[in-house]
Amino acid sequence: MIHSLFLINCSGDIFLEKHWKSVVSQSVCDYFFEAQEKAVDVENVPPVISTPHHYLISIYRDKIFFVSVIQTEVPPLFVIEFLHRVADTFQDYFGECSETAIKDNVVIVYELLEEMLDNGFPLATESNILKELIKPPTILRSVVNSITGSSNVGETLPTGQLSNIPWRRAGVKYTNNEAYFDVIEEIDAIIDKSGSTVFAEIQGVIDSCIKLSGMPDLSLSFMNPRLLDDVSFHPCIRFKRWESERVLSFIPPDGNFRLISYRVSSQNLVAIPVYVKHMISFKENSSSGRFDVTIGPKQNMGKTVEGVVMTVHMPKAVLNMNLTASQGSYTFDPVTKVLTWDVGKITPQKLPNLKGIVNLQSGAPKPEENPSLNIQFKIQQLAISGLKVNRLDMYGEKYKPFKGVKYLTKAGKFQVRT
Amino acid sequence: MTDSKYFTTTKKGEIFELKAELNSDKKEKKKEAVKKVIASMTVGKDVSALFPDVVNCMQTDNLELKKLVYLYLMNYAKSQPDMAIMAVNTFVKDCEDPNPLIRALAVRTMGCIRVDKITEYLCEPLRKCLKDEDPYVRKTAAVCVAKLHDINAQLVEDQGFLDTLKDLISDSNPMVVANAVAALSEIAESHPSSNLLDLNPQSINKLLTALNECTEWGQIFILDCLANYMPKDDREAQSICERVTPRLSHANSAVVLSAVKVLMKFMEMLSKDLDYYGTLLKKLAPPLVTLLSAEPELQYVALRNINLIVQKRPEILKHEMKVFFVKYNDPIYVKLEKLDIMIRLASQANIAQVLAELKEYATEVDVDFVRKAVRAIGRCAIKVEQSAERCVSTLLDLIQTKVNYVVQEAIVVIKDIFRKYPNKYESVIATLCENLDSLDEPEARAAMIWIVGEYAERIDNADELLESFLEGFHDESTQVQLQLLTAIVKLFLKKPTETQELVQQVLSLATQDSDNPDLRDRGYIYWRLLSTDPVAAKEVVLAEKPLISEETDLIEPTLLDELICYIGTLASVYHKPPSAFVEGSRGVVHKSLPPRTGSSESAESPDAAPAGVQPSEQPAVIPTQGDLLGDLLNLDLGPPVSGPPIAASSVQMGAVDLLGGGLDSLMGGTGFAAPSTVVPANLGAPLGSGLGDLFDLTGGVGTLSGSYVAPKSVWLPAMKAKGLEISGTFSRQVGSISMDLLLTNKALQVMSDFAIQFNRNSFGLAPAAPLQVHTPLAPNQSVEISLPLNTVGSVMKMDPLNNLQVAVKNNIDVFYFSTLYPLHILFVEDGKMERQMFLATWKDIPNENEAQFQIKECPLSADAVSNKLQGSNIFTIAKRNVEGQDMLYQSLKLTNGIWVLAELRIQPGNSSFTLSLKCRAPEVSQHIYQAYETILKN
Repeated sequence: MIHSLFLINCSGDIFLEKHWKSVVSQSVCDYFFEAQEKAVDVENVPPVISTPHHYLISIYRDKIFFVSVIQTEVPPLFVIEFLHRVADTFQDYFGECSETAIKDNVVIVYELLEEMLDNGFPLATESNILKELIKPPTILRSVVNSITGSSNVGETLPTGQLSNIPWRRAGVKYTNNEAYFDVIEEIDAIIDKSGSTVFAEIQGVIDSCIKLSGMPDLSLSFMNPRLLDDVSFHPCIRFKRWESERVLSFIPPDGNFRLISYRVSSQNLVAIPVYVKHMISFKENSSSGRFDVTIGPKQNMGKTVEGVVMTVHMPKAVLNMNLTASQGSYTFDPVTKVLTWDVGKITPQKLPNLKGIVNLQSGAPKPEENPSLNIQFKIQQLAISGLKVNRLDMYGEKYKPFKGVKYLTKAGKFQVRT
Repeated sequence: MTDSKYFTTTKKGEIFELKAELNSDKKEKKKEAVKKVIASMTVGKDVSALFPDVVNCMQTDNLELKKLVYLYLMNYAKSQPDMAIMAVNTFVKDCEDPNPLIRALAVRTMGCIRVDKITEYLCEPLRKCLKDEDPYVRKTAAVCVAKLHDINAQLVEDQGFLDTLKDLISDSNPMVVANAVAALSEIAESHPSSNLLDLNPQSINKLLTALNECTEWGQIFILDCLANYMPKDDREAQSICERVTPRLSHANSAVVLSAVKVLMKFMEMLSKDLDYYGTLLKKLAPPLVTLLSAEPELQYVALRNINLIVQKRPEILKHEMKVFFVKYNDPIYVKLEKLDIMIRLASQANIAQVLAELKEYATEVDVDFVRKAVRAIGRCAIKVEQSAERCVSTLLDLIQTKVNYVVQEAIVVIKDIFRKYPNKYESVIATLCENLDSLDEPEARAAMIWIVGEYAERIDNADELLESFLEGFHDESTQVQLQLLTAIVKLFLKKPTETQELVQQVLSLATQDSDNPDLRDRGYIYWRLLSTDPVAAKEVVLAEKPLISEETDLIEPTLLDELICYIGTLASVYHKPPSAFVEGSRGVVHKSLPPRTGSSESAESPDAAPAGVQPSEQPAVIPTQGDLLGDLLNLDLGPPVSGPPIAASSVQMGAVDLLGGGLDSLMGGTGFAAPSTVVPANLGAPLGSGLGDLFDLTGGVGTLSGSYVAPKSVWLPAMKAKGLEISGTFSRQVGSISMDLLLTNKALQVMSDFAIQFNRNSFGLAPAAPLQVHTPLAPNQSVEISLPLNTVGSVMKMDPLNNLQVAVKNNIDVFYFSTLYPLHILFVEDGKMERQMFLATWKDIPNENEAQFQIKECPLSADAVSNKLQGSNIFTIAKRNVEGQDMLYQSLKLTNGIWVLAELRIQPGNSSFTLSLKCRAPEVSQHIYQAYETILKN
């Protein structure tokens, strides 16, 4: 099982270590540094590295490497999932998962790690339970604590730990009872040169924010549940109900959580909301090229496409770019060769366009590769797959909750090849 | 206020200051001080000097302070064992606390303190906690057993904690069950032989119930444990699969992959025509695809596993090609894996899309990736014949880009395409030749030279081209030099007139100026060939080459099957069995997929089913209810061969045996017991045996080949096989093993069309010839047959080791039985070891591999024993007399190359011998002993 954990920042300092069994010397990380050097880019460090006596399984999150050391045959996914859970917990507790946040809260971090893993076996990883065991830091609480001398560690056994619903704490009370659901869909797509879709799918999630007193039992039903054929559920969902009636029935955790994630892959259901016209060319034997890109809306069901940003990794030979944007602003970083164009909203009457001259290093050969355009956008109040919530019913409690559903469509990994 | 303030202590007297604060009366100040200590500890500062002061803070009712002190203790107890004892009392007291949280915390922390003196005190509290009324305490205690086992395994066994832990598998609380399973699995890993997780249908049922209710991590432990279970039939396998399938929709990808493992493994047992089988296949695809939308690290592990899954069952993902398309900002390790899977999934239906993608990738920035993409195009051409033309034109397009490394890769793969489809795409050679100058990598140069040599007759200036390479011959790598040599010889054989000078030049370069023995040898061979017999040279050098195989770098099937059992583990990431890389691999048990059971016939003959395991009886009949023997049933058993019988009917055999037997008895006259004559069941000895014996005799070696043959016993009773009775035995004669069978027809109808097949077994025994029964077997008639065997079949470890599962077919049905073969039929004739070698090997094999046995009531002298054993290829290397006892040192070798060394102690006047066996594969010892016993007592 998981033996030790090292947190390493981008400059290669080990700023925290935690051992659940005997102590493993820091020098084991040298193998990791070696791999990191080889990989050039931080993202390209392989997640599983073998060393003579241990295995290092790592993730890279928020500019921190979480490097775990294991000694026996352990499912790597188990370790990776756990490490992501650790990062999520830090995020949840400190508002951000950064080196400063971790250093500022080092004792809580230690307490958390101790609570999350025992002898390498996960112990409590649900945020609801952890928060009962160890109170998250707030400015108010630390002031109160220092005056009254009370502590931020819970004195009682977390109730959820042993019940059949380990994700929910007991005795939840709210004056305003609310349940919000955000249906968020991301379009992953690859569009080829000619504008036809090579690959497209929708990754959807329903994120919930439930603040309901007591033990509410909720049922969420959809107008068109048939869309959901590839779904991953939060453990709270009763699988049998879904199988038989296509209704999500569950006792929710308290607070924010991801209820389901789903994937819609059949191509005819994936509408592509924008199109891109592009002309990027480099002249043979000359140190310049032309760049001309226009973005337009398409199949957006009457909603506005907004928050449009285009990023392009230009070839290494590009020195700088002289462009004019008909809308929004652009920047070009000559070191990383990344062009970013912040477009904003697309109005169909006047399509945003960015064009101009690309300057190449003199004498450099004409770049071989064609840069891909990475597009981000948002469409409010629309789930592009057409998924619609029908109704939410609550059983088990008497009060009337306030309910709300929001829809949002975003670009995920949306790439246009040129 | 944040914790970073704890780091800003003044440098001078830091420890001193902390000491004062720790001993302060004020609770709050104490706590702050402990926090400062912990903070220093986390950054690796040594604060062990504060040990007594911190431990003093332990007796508190403040839970946070207690936890902080525990954190400190766990870190430093090892370096201060004597001090740590001070904490024991508090621990023991806490284990009795009314608050279960405190009880659990105490037992948990105690387990983390790796100090012997403390572990002694841990036993009593742990025993209580394992039976605590509160499940939270029980589940913590379960993990604590694993911790304790890690520190002191003996103690855990002596104290009986393992049994208590096993009992917890039946606990009412799912979390306790999950933790008990996790703890047992971890302990079992260091004790592979122990049967800790003894799974039976009842415990499986409990695990499946707990599976639904425990946390995600618990589900992983339980699923991994389930995967080790071997269901007794297809129905049980299906019911487990049905209960595991909902886990595929879990948000935790590790749960999903563990569930996939269980399903992939148990699916093996389900019949393919079952509806459920198809449903299951469909259900597996979406979760696997979903794994690819997760974080890149998860994707990587998922892809490595998908790579295995598509090789085992390509039908699962055959429609999902597109999800493996590469995005430009995927990390490189994800890109390379995706590419690999794309090629595996490539088929005629999707090849156009795949090629378009690959061409796109070939213009990317990352050099490694581009190279692999170009290679992938070549692999597509070889895999999907219809696409070859398109692939070649794509490669030509890429060559036109003139990007150096793209051109070189393309040329390397075009060479492979030529080898797969000779005389089809030679039109492109001209284009290739244009790029000759830009090639600077050995592999590409060698490929180009091969092409020029192979198609020399179609390239007008082939001699010029090759000559240009020859100029810098000595600077080339060996690969290129060898290729150049061969190519020029080919050229010479095709155009002898113009190239004489060239060939002489290269031959002299290779033979006289080179230090490389390979190159020199090849040069000489060509030289002699060309000078002695040019026609032969032509036949050798210009021989038609075998086509290269379709699919490259597939994992070998037995390894693949093993790896499927390890889905989700490190083994699946490295594509190596754990024994190849896990430390202390001595104990790794090889896993194998369960054999397939159940088919359309499963309802038939239920009475045969219970006969499954009969350990005492030799001929166990395997239930006839399905194709238990793997794919035995998809019988590629050939139709019976017609034609003159070679060695079949008993009448003819009689004559042969006369010869063999006669010679043997001649031999026997000289005082040796000639085994083959003694045995009545030797009727089926192969034709060659008598002659072989003759040769042995004339050779003057004087050994008896042909080892002891047991009398025939009934393997397949008539009532289990619709009237066919099979009895048989095994024999070994002059290096050939045979299975001597007596087939009796006890049915009322005539039997014909006999055929036989073996399941994979430990030593790869397989029939060397088809079973030939030439005349149909009339009712109440018998026929004796000797079936020659070889040991080149596929290998699978059986339990027991010498178990052999056999399928016999006739015109009525297919029957199965299993039998145990005596190991001595596998002792080979060259099993005599050199004395020195024997000594060295004996010392080299670790003592734990030594096994001792008693052979009782065997009134033979040392010499008689030695002679008797030699007849069965157990060779005496040395004999010593120590204190009146005769010591025989013997060696033998098995067909698969395993050596066994033996020391046999014989006391005159005592009829019991002591046999010590040493072998690198100790599991054979027991069977070798049995072989000794059989040989000596018969």
